[in-house]
Amino acid sequence: MSSVDMSMPILIVDDYKTMLRIIRNLLKQLGFTNVDEATDGSAALQKLRDKEYSLVISDWNMEPMSGMQLLTEVRADTKLKDLPFIMITAESKTENVIAAKEAGVSNYIVKPFNAATLKTKLTAVLGNF
Amino acid sequence: MAVAAVKEKIVAQLKDLQKSESSVDPAEVITIVESVIDSIEGDLSAVGLKVYADIEALARYINTARAEIAELRPDDINSEHLPAATDELTAIVGATEQATHTIFEAVESIEALTEKMSPEVAEQISAAVISIFEACGFQDITGQRITKVVTALQQVEVKVDALLHAFGDEIKREGSPRPKEKKKTTPSGAPARPDEDLLNGPQLPEDAISQDDIDALFG
Repeated sequence: MSSVDMSMPILIVDDYKTMLRIIRNLLKQLGFTNVDEATDGSAALQKLRDKEYSLVISDWNMEPMSGMQLLTEVRADTKLKDLPFIMITAESKTENVIAAKEAGVSNYIVKPFNAATLKTKLTAVLGNF
Repeated sequence: MAVAAVKEKIVAQLKDLQKSESSVDPAEVITIVESVIDSIEGDLSAVGLKVYADIEALARYINTARAEIAELRPDDINSEHLPAATDELTAIVGATEQATHTIFEAVESIEALTEKMSPEVAEQISAAVISIFEACGFQDITGQRITKVVTALQQVEVKVDALLHAFGDEIKREGSPRPKEKKKTTPSGAPARPDEDLLNGPQLPEDAISQDDIDALFG
């Protein structure tokens, strides 16, 4: 039996509308229906402070606030510090992954990715669903 | 002219050059080098001859380099070629993004119909829909790669600008008119592509004529 609330509010953050649409649709295919969007870190941070989310899925390379800056802000915020945070990015150098891990990312997916990888990482962060 | 006077004149020229706020004009360097050459009088030792030959070679090298750079038409590179390349690449990103969203619209419509299908068929359609969404991730990746290329082109533009500034307007004046490209011909001498001048390729949205405009031309 699934221990995951499939109606949990999820915030996806990416400056490419194409990618937002892909992630939203893949999440829908996996059964997640409550998905909001933001196009950069600062817009995402505002949404996170306005509403309670259960998961953030964010790109890295965005202007004006990057996904890494968003992650740092989230981990420094007493109310948000434990929020699960998955990075989905084309930044695929080892140093990027290490930096994100050190900043407290919950999991890391390199673009291009598929639905199976997304499901595996979501399971690792949220539990079986 | 006495050696001391010549020396004084050259030193003054070099000081003027040093004080100059604008970039160094190669013509001024050549003038000074020529002054040095002209000042050499009397019998020359073997070392003196070597120095003389080296200075002359340096002057020739500067002149040739200036002529070759002028032939490259660096002003054209910055005013035409690089902006055109940047615009084309930006248009590629826009066009692929638009096409990707059109694919999304179609796929989402198909997906909405799965409720009306048998469970087996719906499952197969959903799997295919997921594959399409996954594959469309190419647009994000290619978009980012092309953006990097555009940034690199902009860096080249800055470097060419610096080159133009260093050589000044002279480089623009010296460039010979661009030679017309030689057209390919058949063995009989006829143009291989008579319509070559009309092959402009895909146009940027602002330069393209619409189908409505075309239809209007056909009355």
